[in-house]
Formats: sequence, structure tokens, C-alpha cells
Amino acid sequence: MSAVLETRQLCKSFGALTVAEKIDFRLEAGARHALIGPNGAGKTTFVNMLTGRLAPTSGQIFLAGQDVTRLPQSGRVKQGLGRTFQINTLFRNMSVMDNVALGVAERHGVAGSMWRPAAAHRAVRDEALALLDTLGIADDAGKRVIDLPYGKQRLVEIAIALGLQPKVLLLDEPAAGVPSMESERILQALDTMPKDIAILIIEHDMDLVFRFAKRITVLVQGEVLCEGTPDEIAADKRVHQVYLGEQNDD
Amino acid sequence: MSRDVGYNADHGLRWTECLPWIAAVAVFFVLPDYLSLGARVLTYILFALSLDLILGYAGIITLGHAAFFGFGAYVTGIMAAKMGITDPIIQLFVSGVAAGLLGLITGAVILRTHGLTQLMLTLAIAALCLEIANKATLLTGGADGLSGVVIAPILGQFKFDLYGKTAYLWCLTMVFGGWWLIRRLIYSPFGVALTGIRENSTRMHAIGAPVYWRLVVVYTISAAIAGVAGALLTQTNQFVGLNVLGFEPSGELLVMLILGGVGRLYGAFVGPLVFLIAQDYLAKQFPEYWYFGIGLMLVIVVLFARGGILGIIDRLVDRFKAKKA
Repeated sequence: MSAVLETRQLCKSFGALTVAEKIDFRLEAGARHALIGPNGAGKTTFVNMLTGRLAPTSGQIFLAGQDVTRLPQSGRVKQGLGRTFQINTLFRNMSVMDNVALGVAERHGVAGSMWRPAAAHRAVRDEALALLDTLGIADDAGKRVIDLPYGKQRLVEIAIALGLQPKVLLLDEPAAGVPSMESERILQALDTMPKDIAILIIEHDMDLVFRFAKRITVLVQGEVLCEGTPDEIAADKRVHQVYLGEQNDD
Repeated sequence: MSRDVGYNADHGLRWTECLPWIAAVAVFFVLPDYLSLGARVLTYILFALSLDLILGYAGIITLGHAAFFGFGAYVTGIMAAKMGITDPIIQLFVSGVAAGLLGLITGAVILRTHGLTQLMLTLAIAALCLEIANKATLLTGGADGLSGVVIAPILGQFKFDLYGKTAYLWCLTMVFGGWWLIRRLIYSPFGVALTGIRENSTRMHAIGAPVYWRLVVVYTISAAIAGVAGALLTQTNQFVGLNVLGFEPSGELLVMLILGGVGRLYGAFVGPLVFLIAQDYLAKQFPEYWYFGIGLMLVIVVLFARGGILGIIDRLVDRFKAKKA
């Protein structure tokens, strides 16, 4: 299988502090891959470099075989890279429909159109609504995001990213802040995602990681400690040490 | 009356939206003595509409919007007084294009920055324009202002008369055009995207939106409309002075829009109306303290009525409806 997303020797340092050290990473087409690691391992920094929010100090990023290291965020989105945020990053005072439709409109190339009213762009509306329907929140389409419970807001995060029809989807702690009862619902949503999307999930909730991921990469202090199937990772002594070591510190 | 824009929004014209136009036409027939004040109000309404587009919708905070208003005013003034180009339609067009260009160039610089830096840059650009107009006395007349502005009849038919009838209707036509254009813009996908940028630019970047370019485009459009408003002021006053440029008119415009209500389209109608009528009245009654009255109004609105005068009306209507139900 070919890699849709690949990094080579990716490094990032802020002054003397190194937060990413020569990360080689491959995400295969249609993968269900998890990135785990203790707090401060550099997971979010890594994601921000992938999406283009942060420029790496050195190294390269390839998206579908193309070098996108110098491409801005919007360019990477057009090449098929979507993301969700660890902390809800939504249009809080806009409707759920608009939250999703904005992204769909960008993809359709009509988001800059100035003449016809937005509501007359039926293709955008219908697609946004269909997407909300698959996630089970179509009934909330007319509500403002700010009026939704947190769990549903997390689903809107995912809906926005799906609306971009990405080849690669980065989920930054999709269940963060969600009560455990509702995280089941997030997991269901993840299960309904199209099989051809490669998904990289960054998550603390180990239940969710082991149920969802087919492969796991462990990141510790900016370096890849190991990579393997969930069984291999669960059996890996070094991983236990890292996590148990962290627990002893607490 | 607070208006939702977006993909679910009903963009049809509501009856309340006809009220300003009915009122404006009524003023023409009922209050013929107030037409020159009326033309001034209409000019500032157009100016405030242009500010609402970038401030209320796109969320760009500026203390220098008068740069474009003043630039448009001087372009028309210089054309009329120095170059002998007296056709009012050509004057408006050239002023709009010129102010738009200035908006494009300055916007390309300031929109790369954020927050306080951006605010200071808008202020700096307005101050620069003021100083240039002050020093370029050959073209602008400097502190004495630019007199000898000659405006030909509109379409060769309608002369600008002493009573301000032509000026009033001319301004009304332009305000209508500007309102119609901006109303289309804010209901379009482009307008929704601007609202998205105001709400959360991080997310707009993450959905692949060219945030910077969208802002530059809307800034340019807004500057062009402000330039047309400035040209209208020159045409109706047949004079341009330095008071159209700099911080003071920019700040006053901001006060007008906040009074009326930001990001509601019709706040730009109510604000200048209340502000300029209050100014006219207070300046006659209390020539020395008239600014005190304006200040008091602003303090009350900012403290007790976020959303401006239209915000108050909204709440009253809601309460009335709640009682009925």
C-alpha cells in the first residue's frame, strides 16, 4: 500500500526546546492509525506541522506523494487534508448548518461567490444536511452551535472536517471533554466514516484508541518510540514503562 | 430585526426593510427645509454602511476609515476645481475606483496584521492621508480647503439647486445602490464566509479558506463605497476641507455605527440619523457643550444597550411578542 501522508526526518524546536526529533511517519491509504504518548510528547505540535499551522525546523511532509512542506494550510486542505481540533474551534454564534456549509462551499469553489444568496446554493445545503444526517445531528441544523451540548459540538467538529471530503483526516482528541457515556456516540460516528479516508487519531482515551485503531504509533519526548498493531503495542515493555512511569509521577 | 445571514437564512425582503425608504421619500415632500441636512445624513449613511461591511460582518476594526472617505472627497474636489471634470457621475466613479485602489494597497499591508497592530496601522494611514492633504496645498488648498468646486447637472438635466432637492435625491439614489449591493454581499456565500472569519479565523484557515484574500477583497469594496460617499459630500457641499480626513471623522463614524448597532445593516441607517440630528440640534441649543450630549448618548448605549439603538428596539419587540404569546 502507498502512503497518503508521510513525514521524513521532521524536526521542530523552539529555541533550545526540541518538541519533534526526526519523526519518520507513514499513514497508509484507508488507515485507522492512532498517535499516543504521554502529556508533552509533542503530539499536537506534530499535528500542527502536518496541517501547516506550524512550520517545521527541518524535514519534509508529503501528502499523496507531493511535497507540501512549504504549502499553507488552505493549500493542504485543497490537497485533501482535513482536521478537527482538540479544543472546539467552531463558529459558535452561527448555525450548525453554516458551520458545515462553509467548508462544503469552499470545496465546491463557491465560497467566494458574491451574487446569489447563500441559501440559493442548494447543492451546498443538501450536502451539508446529508452529512449532519449521517452523524445523527440533522435535527440541530438550525440551532446555533453555542446552544448545543458539548458532545454534539464535538460531532460538529467532525462534520466540518468530513465536509471537506479529505483523503486524510486528523482527529485531535475527538472525545476530549466528552462524558464517557457520550464518547460511545463519537466512536459510532468514527465507525461510519468512509473506508477510503485515512484517519490519524490523537487520543488519551485508551479504550477508544484500542477499539478504533489498526495501528498505533507511540510518541515520547518528540521522538517515535515504537509503532505496531494494538496487540504489539499493548505487549511492548517500553510503552508500559513510559505510561507506568508517568503514573508513578502523579 | 437582527438579521441572520447564512445558508439557512431567509433573504427575502421584509416589510420593515422598506421603512427607511418610505421615510426618506416622505422627508423629501414633508420637510423641504431640511433637505441639505438630509443629504448630509444620507452621505454618512452610505459611509456607515461601508464601515458596517468590514467591521460588523468581517470583524476588521478600523480607526482610519475616513482615509477612503476623504480621499474620495478630494478626488472629486480636485477633478471639479482643478481639472474641469464636472460630470457628477464620472466624479463618483473615479472617486470610487481611486478609493478602492487605496483600500487594496493599504488593505494588502494592514490585513497581514491583527489586533492592536492592525488598529494602529489604520490610524497611521488615516493620519498620513491627512498630512498629505494638508501639505499638498497646490492640489488641495491645504488648511484653507478646496473651493471653486463646480458640479455639472446630473445627466445634463438636473442642476444642484439651492434648496438641496437634487442633492437629496442624488444621495438617496446612491445610498439605495450601496445598500442593495451590500445586502446582496452579506447574504451571499462570500458574506457568510466573512462572518465565519469574524467568528473564528483559525477554523476558516482549517477549512481551506483564503482568509487574507477574502479580507483584502471586502476591504477594497468597502473603501470604494466610502470613496463614493466622500465624493457625494463634496458634490453636495461644493467644498472640501481637511475635516473629512484623519482620526476625528473616522472616530465619529465609529460612534455613529455603534449608536445604531454594529453588524445589522440598518444600524448604519439609524446611527448617522440620530447622531447628525442630535449634533444639529445640540449645536444650536448648546453651542459650547454639544459634544457632551453625544458623549452621554454613547455612554448610555455602550453601557446599557449592546447592539445599539436597533438592539433596544429588538428587545422591546421580543418582549412585546412574549407578552402576546
